[in-house]
Amino acid sequence: MKIDIILSGVGGQGILSIAAVIGEAALKDGLYMKQAEVHGMSQRGGDVQSNLRLSDKPIASDLIALGQADLIISLEPMESLRYLPYLKKEGWLVTNSEPFINIPNYPEMDKVMAELNKLPNKVVLDVEAIAKEVGSTRSANIVMLGAAAPFLKIDYPKIEEGIRRIFGRKGEEVVELNLKALQAGYAVAQSKNK
Amino acid sequence: MEKHLFLGDEAIAQAAIDAGLSGVYAYPGTPSTEITEYIQSSPIAKERGIHSRWSTNEKTAMESALGMSYAGKRSLCCMKHVGLNVAADCFMNAAMSGINGGMIIITADDPSMHSSQNEQDNRFFGNFAMIPMLEPSNQQEAYDMIYDGFDLSEKLGYPILLRITTRMAHSRSGVLRRPMREQNKMQTPEDGRQRFILLPALARKRFKVLLEAQKTFTEISEQSIYNQYFDAPNKDLGIITTGIAFNYLSENYPEGFEYPVLKITQYPLPKKQIEKLVDECKEILVLEEGFPVVEEQLKGFLGKGIVVHGRLDGTLQRDGELSPDAVGKVLGKPIHRYYATPEVVEQRPPALCQGCGHRDVYEALNEVLLEYNGTAKVFSDIGCYTLGALPPFRAIDTCIDMGASITMAKGAADAGLFPAVAVIGDSTFTHSGMTGLLDCVNEESNITIVISDNETTAMTGGQDSAGTGRLESICTGIGVDPAHIRVIIPLRKNYEEMKSLIREEIEYKGVSVIIPRRECIQTFARKRKASKK
Repeated sequence: MKIDIILSGVGGQGILSIAAVIGEAALKDGLYMKQAEVHGMSQRGGDVQSNLRLSDKPIASDLIALGQADLIISLEPMESLRYLPYLKKEGWLVTNSEPFINIPNYPEMDKVMAELNKLPNKVVLDVEAIAKEVGSTRSANIVMLGAAAPFLKIDYPKIEEGIRRIFGRKGEEVVELNLKALQAGYAVAQSKNK
Repeated sequence: MEKHLFLGDEAIAQAAIDAGLSGVYAYPGTPSTEITEYIQSSPIAKERGIHSRWSTNEKTAMESALGMSYAGKRSLCCMKHVGLNVAADCFMNAAMSGINGGMIIITADDPSMHSSQNEQDNRFFGNFAMIPMLEPSNQQEAYDMIYDGFDLSEKLGYPILLRITTRMAHSRSGVLRRPMREQNKMQTPEDGRQRFILLPALARKRFKVLLEAQKTFTEISEQSIYNQYFDAPNKDLGIITTGIAFNYLSENYPEGFEYPVLKITQYPLPKKQIEKLVDECKEILVLEEGFPVVEEQLKGFLGKGIVVHGRLDGTLQRDGELSPDAVGKVLGKPIHRYYATPEVVEQRPPALCQGCGHRDVYEALNEVLLEYNGTAKVFSDIGCYTLGALPPFRAIDTCIDMGASITMAKGAADAGLFPAVAVIGDSTFTHSGMTGLLDCVNEESNITIVISDNETTAMTGGQDSAGTGRLESICTGIGVDPAHIRVIIPLRKNYEEMKSLIREEIEYKGVSVIIPRRECIQTFARKRKASKK
């Protein structure tokens, strides 16, 4: 088993909490893992990304090579496109559809969607709307994780376990909300993946 | 045993605690900050009374770490690469005195300048001071090198420089911990006065001792488990990797190396292994993250003799980080690129947060300075407010190094420039601005200093700022006329007041200090969230 993932978004959106749950699930699964993060200046509203690599064999590089990522998970549609050169030919892109506009020259949304539509393998969903439906606007990240779950090569129950461990300190209610968010995202991805 | 998921920085911190650390001394700086933060939030560190409060700057940090070592205990001193420039005076001379309790200095270099003004490679500093250096290639090595590094430092009697880069500092991986050790007892050195008083007569002796020690350092490098030789069939090329470059090479050879490889993670360079590689292989390729430090050493000035490829001869690009692709390309590996970044994707530079006080300061300042028909220059400094360089503000003219705002404004004012305005943050002011302010006071320089006070070290994530609550008294103490130390809350409603205040102080012929003070909205939000819980 080996999977290379690029997580992307805008500083402050919380891509690292997605990585944390996957990391917990992977470590419990006995997998090797490397995850390179971005800290510092770029966290102030700039573009951020994280390279997450999981494998059942030791991993050498912290960084993913061009054309080698199995999956791009993005909390922002334009940011999902930024890292396309890293995607495998048959790789999947899972992204939030709602733009985060903090620059004056943000492109027109239909142009961004047109680029996304060119890709053979993608799931595009409005994670905030889905999070709202399940009653937790703060779980948009976890909806995103759920949508990416079918491509993770980690058993779904192990991801649920990861959520329990990461959010356990915050009480059962928070855990349940996040599990629901995970399920909601998962369901969307399953329906689009058919 | 259970593996812990640690950032490189966290692995270093945990290893130091486990190795019997008594104190960490540091000033925040990306990518080194998380080392000290980890120790600050560690319950066991608290229980053991490990010192972890932030220092005012890297120089005070290193001197304190040396003092703790003098008293026999194990100390750690952490900084980003440019921080070592600030601490260089102590650093170079600690190599002369040597240490007592084990002392490790961490330099976290930032090739590709993710969050820095330059990408200097501090292995030069290690060579310059002639002390042993370590450069881990993964998080487990970082842990082990620190854990054993204190023993090494005590055995040799010298501080150890451990160099990491951004990808090591901020990458997470599983790490196995080792048993927790006791802290050293306090014990001052018996030969302390011979070693720690660097009067010329004594320093000359110490320098000879340091020169003599080089042989030992090299032998230890040659025996080190961290310098590994991997043999391979094809001797057309021999590859030397340093630090994490080894990972990028390995990534390109999942089935095993094609050429012999010497993996170097401990310095001075292991001479024996390098001789072996050079003897056996036709040409040498050096892969190093940062400057061509090893390549230059192998090549010499004229570059005659052995053929060495690397960053100097253009085989690899001279600047920026390495990557699996950069290394693969050199070795003739195919690069796969199936999709391009579409043209619609725009740059998204970092920006000052919405609601940040620096925004209000720059808006008011910009408007006042317009009245001077373009003669005004704003000398700024290192921190979030450096982002005032970008649109919509475009408010600053310089940003060079910590504290340079005040002193550059002074020099420009000396040259006749008016208005000369300095914009500096509260933490940067106490780090390196105070001494410059004294120069200004002594000469009654005609400058206006804005200390944009958000009561924290914001850029690195909101660490305590050394001068919080004392900026006015510091300025008064240095000799600024209290009538020209003006405090204001940078809010929209105070906009007109802020403008007239700035105007008045620019017009005042002498040193004035304006302190717009409003808490960083990030730390404010975090505190509010914490108080709700």
